[in-house]
Amino acid sequence: MSVRVYIPNDSGALSMGAEAVAGAVASEARRRHADVAIVRNGSRGLYWLEPMVEVATASGRVAYGPVAPADVGSLFEAGFLTGGKHRLALGATDEIPYLKRQERLTFQRVGVIDPLSLDDYLEHGGYRGLERALSLAGAQVVEEVTASGLRGRGGAGFPAGIKWKTTLQTEAKSKYVVCNADEGDSGTFADRMIMEGDPLVLIEGMTIAGIVVGASQGYIYLRSEYPHALRTLNAAIAAATARGYLGENVRGSGKRFEVEVRVGAGAYICGEETAMLESLEGRRGMVRYKPPVPAVAGLFGAPTVVNNVITLASVPLIIEKGGSFYKDFGMGRSRGTSPFQLAGNLKHPGLVEKAFGVTLGELVHEYGGGTASGRPVRAVQVGGPLGAYFPASMLEVAMDYEAVAARGGILGHGGIVVFDDSVDLARMARYAMEFCALESCGKCTPCRIGSTRGIELIDHIIGNRDRAANTALLRELCDTLTNASLCALGGLTPLPVMSALKHFPQDFGLAAERV
Amino acid sequence: MASDHDWDRATVERIATSLKATPGALMPILRQVQDELGWVPPDSIALIAGILNLSRAEVHGVASFYHDFRHHPPGRCVIQVCRAESCQAMGADGLADHIRQRLGIDFGETTRDRSFTLEPVYCLGNCACSPAVVVAGELAGRVTPDRFNRLIAKFDGSRR
Repeated sequence: MSVRVYIPNDSGALSMGAEAVAGAVASEARRRHADVAIVRNGSRGLYWLEPMVEVATASGRVAYGPVAPADVGSLFEAGFLTGGKHRLALGATDEIPYLKRQERLTFQRVGVIDPLSLDDYLEHGGYRGLERALSLAGAQVVEEVTASGLRGRGGAGFPAGIKWKTTLQTEAKSKYVVCNADEGDSGTFADRMIMEGDPLVLIEGMTIAGIVVGASQGYIYLRSEYPHALRTLNAAIAAATARGYLGENVRGSGKRFEVEVRVGAGAYICGEETAMLESLEGRRGMVRYKPPVPAVAGLFGAPTVVNNVITLASVPLIIEKGGSFYKDFGMGRSRGTSPFQLAGNLKHPGLVEKAFGVTLGELVHEYGGGTASGRPVRAVQVGGPLGAYFPASMLEVAMDYEAVAARGGILGHGGIVVFDDSVDLARMARYAMEFCALESCGKCTPCRIGSTRGIELIDHIIGNRDRAANTALLRELCDTLTNASLCALGGLTPLPVMSALKHFPQDFGLAAERV
Repeated sequence: MASDHDWDRATVERIATSLKATPGALMPILRQVQDELGWVPPDSIALIAGILNLSRAEVHGVASFYHDFRHHPPGRCVIQVCRAESCQAMGADGLADHIRQRLGIDFGETTRDRSFTLEPVYCLGNCACSPAVVVAGELAGRVTPDRFNRLIAKFDGSRR
């Protein structure tokens, strides 16, 4: 029997040369007449070890990494097909502490299975959620989602059960399920890992949503920066359709549900749900006024469930095991797990799925291993480009929607970007305003005009031109942005700016006591 | 330059006609025009508008809103450099300086010999392998100035 060798097809692994490694393993196996079956899996999320190659041995999967094409000959020489010793050997994959200490629910299959094999998906528990959902009334399924405490993982943290219930109860001829896969927050890549590593779990989650609320069409709005995810999703949709998991009559239920991927065009604002709907309708990605909320009048005016990739991908397990199973993870009003994405200047960047409540310090130091540069951690931005900068002295904050908010930040989509002591926070604050100016849809004045005025004010402060007065003016401007913007882009840009000013006044040339 | 104005009318017509019945057709059409031609020629706006029965202003409004849609043909090799926070934390600004110097152009520009176009991008989702760059559609992680030079070598042809 051939030995299964897993080489990730995840774009992060590919960016570190996984394709060349796969080629080298294939040709070396041919040369040695070794019977090897290469499986292109997703990434386990241990990115400092990518490309990480795994071998299925008699005693389980063992890992080697980071593997370069030049290492392949010596891996065969060392007998890696039977788990042989090698300087790149990492031992049993499941025993690697970074993975072992995680609580992988949504990511249980990512990096484990062949993402395009429906059989592999089924063998690893796939489609059990849909089977159960089909045996229940729509309201019962919504009840499970509500009971699980699942909140939107895209950033806003709105309870998913409430959205579903609203759409279910709104009478309409047609309804839609839209998956927000416009993962634009810098420092985040969890959606991408799901779509590349276990696309069927997202499709299953969307199918459950569609059948429950009475929608027959689903759209995945995917950012254009993810070409690999596009290919994987389209192949997975075709596989699910071929086996009757999507289509006119889903699993013989008499219900129709189909999924189509639509690709964005590089506008960050289209991650805002109403701008995304505008874009799907073929228009500029301009934010809509709410109400009506999309659950009542969304895509093409029809009731629409809009959820992030991780939210939808968490649904199958919740329905399979019940809402209370999921609810047992987490703390306070943040139930379940969240995929935290460790990025920036870290020794061990990657994906850590943990129950809410893990501290920022544990993630940065125990998982992340401190900075890659070896210099002290100075600032950590949590929650993407609209998230606050925390100083190294505040890392005890628990990763929980409310706890982070109480410290003046947002959890957002769970991205964590670490900076060492070479960072200039005044420059990062300026960048936040630049980003807002660049990505503003232009509909509301505070965001459209305020972002550019913000850049100018920060330039004046840095350049020591009437510093005290301009700092006061910057505060007022941020207050206007916070309170008068139409959506989170203008509304939250003050978070990185004001947190930088508050915790790092010296970078702006200000004395701490004057702030 | 004449090449700045030549565009493949038949391709745009085929794409727009084949997709016009799709709900929200304008985005998929512009997307596919960009993917096949590498840009959305401003002169094609009227053609697309006619096929979709939209005003030219509506189509222009959409084509000009999204960062992806280019209004000029790109060079043979498009280089996208991530300028977002995670990559900044790993030296993306220094890398960007190197790239600008190496290519002799700034962001948004194309080299005179049309070999390279340099574009900024704000997150490629490769933040655990920062800094990230895309060279001719291929994503690369943990890019150093040396690695960048190697990545573009095969596109450099007669230049150096």
